[in-house]
Amino acid sequence: MTITEQPPATAGEVGTPRRRKEDARLITGRTMWTENITLPGMLHLAILRSPMAHARITSIDVSPALEMPGVVAAFTGADVADTMGVQPCAWPVTADIVAPTHTPLAIDEVRHMGEAVAVVAARDRASAVDALAVIEVEYEPLPVVLDMEAALAEGADLVHADAGTNKSYTWIFDSAEAGAGGAVADARAEAEVTIKRRYIQQRLIPAFMEPRSVVADPTGDTYTIWSATQIPHILRFLLSAVTGTPEHKIRVIAPDVGGGFGGKLQVTSEELIAFAAAKRLGKPVKYTESRSESLVSAHHGRDVIQDIELTAKRDGTVLGLQVNLIANMGAYLGLVGPGVPILGAFMYNAIYKFKAYRFECSGVFTNTTFTDAYRGAGRPEATYAIERVMDELAVELGMDPIEVRRKNWINADEFPFSTVAGLEYDSGDYEAATARAMSLLGYDELRREQEARRASKDTVQLGIGVSTYTEMCGLAPSRVLGALRYGAGGWESASIRMLPTGKVEVVTGTSPHGQGHETAWSQIVADQLGVPFDDIEVLHGDTRTSYKGLDTYGSRSLAVGGIALYNACQKVVEKAKPIAAHMLECDPADLEFTEGKFRVRGNPDGGKTMADCALAVFAAHDLPDGIEPTLDADAVYDPVNFSFPHGTHLCAAEVDTETGAVKIRSYVAVDDIGKVVNPMIVEGQVHGGLAQGIAQALFEEAVYDDDGNLMSGTFVDYTVPTAGDLPAFITDRTESPAPGHPLGTKGVGEAGTIASTPAVVNAVVDALRPYGVSDIAMPCTPERVWRAIRDASAGGAA
Amino acid sequence: MTRISVKVDGVRYDDDVEPRTLLVHHLRDRLGKVGTVVGCDTSNCGACTILMSDPDGRLVGVKSCSVLAVQADGRDVTTVEGLSGPDNTLHPVQRAFHERHALQCGYCTPGMIMAAVDLLEENPDPSEQEVREGLEGNLCRCTGYQNIVRAVLDAAADIRASGGTAEPAPPTPEAGEAETPDSGLPREATPDEAVPTPVP
Repeated sequence: MTITEQPPATAGEVGTPRRRKEDARLITGRTMWTENITLPGMLHLAILRSPMAHARITSIDVSPALEMPGVVAAFTGADVADTMGVQPCAWPVTADIVAPTHTPLAIDEVRHMGEAVAVVAARDRASAVDALAVIEVEYEPLPVVLDMEAALAEGADLVHADAGTNKSYTWIFDSAEAGAGGAVADARAEAEVTIKRRYIQQRLIPAFMEPRSVVADPTGDTYTIWSATQIPHILRFLLSAVTGTPEHKIRVIAPDVGGGFGGKLQVTSEELIAFAAAKRLGKPVKYTESRSESLVSAHHGRDVIQDIELTAKRDGTVLGLQVNLIANMGAYLGLVGPGVPILGAFMYNAIYKFKAYRFECSGVFTNTTFTDAYRGAGRPEATYAIERVMDELAVELGMDPIEVRRKNWINADEFPFSTVAGLEYDSGDYEAATARAMSLLGYDELRREQEARRASKDTVQLGIGVSTYTEMCGLAPSRVLGALRYGAGGWESASIRMLPTGKVEVVTGTSPHGQGHETAWSQIVADQLGVPFDDIEVLHGDTRTSYKGLDTYGSRSLAVGGIALYNACQKVVEKAKPIAAHMLECDPADLEFTEGKFRVRGNPDGGKTMADCALAVFAAHDLPDGIEPTLDADAVYDPVNFSFPHGTHLCAAEVDTETGAVKIRSYVAVDDIGKVVNPMIVEGQVHGGLAQGIAQALFEEAVYDDDGNLMSGTFVDYTVPTAGDLPAFITDRTESPAPGHPLGTKGVGEAGTIASTPAVVNAVVDALRPYGVSDIAMPCTPERVWRAIRDASAGGAA
Repeated sequence: MTRISVKVDGVRYDDDVEPRTLLVHHLRDRLGKVGTVVGCDTSNCGACTILMSDPDGRLVGVKSCSVLAVQADGRDVTTVEGLSGPDNTLHPVQRAFHERHALQCGYCTPGMIMAAVDLLEENPDPSEQEVREGLEGNLCRCTGYQNIVRAVLDAAADIRASGGTAEPAPPTPEAGEAETPDSGLPREATPDEAVPTPVP
């Protein structure tokens, strides 16, 4: 089935809301999910998982499983200790980081509920799952470490006895030491106001809709791995690195992937187990997790305690910011887990002109599922803390929350701006975005309504929450990553293959899983090469066709991969030019390439298209001397800076003071992400980001009981919002193009999530200020809101 | 094993199934209808939503993870793969999802589309709030639902304007496929060995 599109009336593709190429297969059920793959002779895996949070495995016997019908093999971690490899941590943020070995299957000891302990391979999934029930495991319980502060205390029980500590690392940034600003002690001495707050970033679960799935197919000494992953290229490299299988003998394919949000930015136990099983059994194997397995074994996100100290003058001018974090790593270090708070370290100062800044973060081990990137990865936490504490400053000084922000933000004429965290912000206009957002919300009118409701002691109070955020996209300049001890670079790759008929294959190193790269990349190439949108095919996610890339995460695909793509197109044009000139019998210097044609400058008639040139190099009968008969081109781009989208989000929330129920009455998001390629896709990214940020504010939390059992282990208890839980959003954009990016784009994948959580909580708290409420722990469920009102009232504040 | 006969997307399939087999697993693993997907194990997410005839022959939306295959005996089932009309024309809901960018990763989409079709059969002219409440049994993690709601409202308007209903056009299986005695799929693709074995 095809969906044909009429080209837009305007000349350019970029900037138009092209309907997506991806949709045709997705809306008709013709999608290639990993779980849909069935190979001849395939075996199905089931994984036995630990019911204990911390225990020694005193005995384990898989032999009863082998007696079960249809079971081909069963094995433990000890059985494959030499071949299964270890789960890599690619971001050891300090030289002395404690990074315990993390095997895909536990050997001797389990350290969180859901950790894999044994595997069954059977002719079908039901047989494999049935056989798990007869595997005999004896566990000797060990002390369970859950509370991060208790874990850091002297004499605490240990998650990893060998390590001798529950602290993985301490990472510090000090603006005075870095030469990026002053010392917080000096700022403190100058301060007239000090605001100290503790905020808790609750533990979240990415909860991508497609459960993780992996197929491993051994053929001779080569292995093909299909995986529901965001990172096929990184997975191939690391599979090779941790198992010793040569890289050229591994092909990784990310077929259609059903969402990630950072949750599939991982080299998973399950991938390594499937790889080990395929090697051991010499047959293709498939493993697909259940949702319950996913929620307990796929990595979690957030889970940070934030102690913030902001100092200021009484006129509202901010001076210094000190941030002390304790970040829950869980039982092990994830692929980039230790670095997630470090990504946030550069964002606490946000859009404000602090004189001094100090950041310190300690990573802590507990007997919980390990944490890692979840949409925003460090930046939502930073933005939440600063935007909440700026509201507290406004209240302390009796200022409007927008006024206190305006007094401190970087003005539009101050870009590029070197921040106290050592970054150079590229461009922005906070004034414009804020003015637009206030207008769309009807800010002044709602403030008047708020006053009226307060005056009449309405049981339903109105709050207005402000979030003037910025973030960093375009991960990342490789040198910066190296300085931060990240294990890879930050470049991206693109290739253009011109086919003889003038059609185009675009190979990208990005790996979309819902972002619409096939559509957006086609729009870019259509404009640059002058070929129709429908004549372009975008290839991705298969290391055989796209052998070079660093995949999709951190809002990097367009910000970095888009430049690689643009540059590859320019190379194609440059290669085609002498060929067109030869056909037109003119000097290449006399040619211009406009609207898809090489024409002699000043002569609008005639000319040669890219398709003409493609056919000419295919035939190669009559090319200029010394010309290589190809138009194909590769480009790899390493960014020189991050990009810094920003925006102003305003939330109007009604809080029922009798029930604690929060209703978002109006939500306005004005984002400045630079130029856009496809405004429809951008709006969709913002919507989805908002939903996840609002979910942190109001709905979601991964909860453990005192024994380390995950209590929110199904979608019954982990409450991903439904359509009925969310409002309609009002979205708009202002536009500060990214300097240095030929397309002027900045990145949008995480903006909505980063901005919205503080906007919502600020609104809820704002509604309840008259009751003496100054904070509510997330998620702001009706019960918590109701208790906050009651407790504040009991304290006599109302 | 129990013998069942189910008509799926216009094709009759007669199979022996284990009593414990869920309809969604029968559709996917035995009949190769992998357009319908599984997103959870607690019937919360709705990714597996299909239409199944009730005893009166009326197609209603069901979560196929919450129906045993044996309960589908004698019923008509329409999945997202059978939603398109003659000549593969898209159903108005499919078309609206495309036009309104109501999907990103697309994993919830088959179930969301089928739930929307069911909703519009029940209520051809829903308000925005009715659409939101009507789709509460289906989770989407990508879109924030806004474009899904827009799409369903657009589809409703389209269907009303055309004077029709949301009920999908009768499927038109390829000649020769209509009355296959078994699943009719290649043995390699869905081997009989893949039938779940009884619980001991």
